[in-house]
Amino acid sequence: MPTKLIINCETGEQTEVELTAEEIAQREADAKAFQAEVKAKEADAATKAAAKAELLDKLGITAEEAALLVG
Amino acid sequence: MANTYTLIESKILGSVVASITFSSIPQTYTDLLVKVSARSNSGPNTHDNFLIYFNGTQSNRTNLILYGINGSVGSYTSTDYFGAFNAPASTANTFGNAEFYIPNYTGSNNKSISADIVSENNASNGQDYLGAALWSDSAAITSLTIGNYNASDFAINTTAYLYGISNS
Repeated sequence: MPTKLIINCETGEQTEVELTAEEIAQREADAKAFQAEVKAKEADAATKAAAKAELLDKLGITAEEAALLVG
Repeated sequence: MANTYTLIESKILGSVVASITFSSIPQTYTDLLVKVSARSNSGPNTHDNFLIYFNGTQSNRTNLILYGINGSVGSYTSTDYFGAFNAPASTANTFGNAEFYIPNYTGSNNKSISADIVSENNASNGQDYLGAALWSDSAAITSLTIGNYNASDFAINTTAYLYGISNS
């Protein structure tokens, strides 16, 4: 069972307690959202890379030559 | 300019935990500063993401983040996560670092947060985040929780330091 650490700033007491069912549900929802974010970022990066490669191919130039054009 | 800078509490983890909460925060300072060095136990990932929230609630939050990742820059908004720190697929035994500053934490106005977060990696995929956030709540901040976004634990030797800043 995952635990959380609580540090009481008035007394200095430190206690480690198990997460509640509600906290575990929130944690699982966060994790799903995190994985969705990771996949979305990866898909976006792949889409941009493919579009860039396609454009370079159309222009018949390399990425280094394209960099010279905008430098 | 701060006149005093006082360590309120600190923790070096000797065992893994899902989150770290500083509770019963004294209401005697002007601002709060949290410094964190953290690593996540988040499965096969290179990065996890920080959550930081107050008084036990993740509601009513808006975060705006500017980032730099492998030479690319960008921005995003979120209602919960802030920025990345190291997870098991990043360089071994390497920790991400973060600083969160919360001014006027005892007041009745909404609370702002500024953040500076770095995920270290001795190869590619190092990441840097600058964030500004708002917690739309009139309550004074009495507890502060540092969590992560991927249902994982903070690794052993993760550290968290809470400072109180006084302007007079």
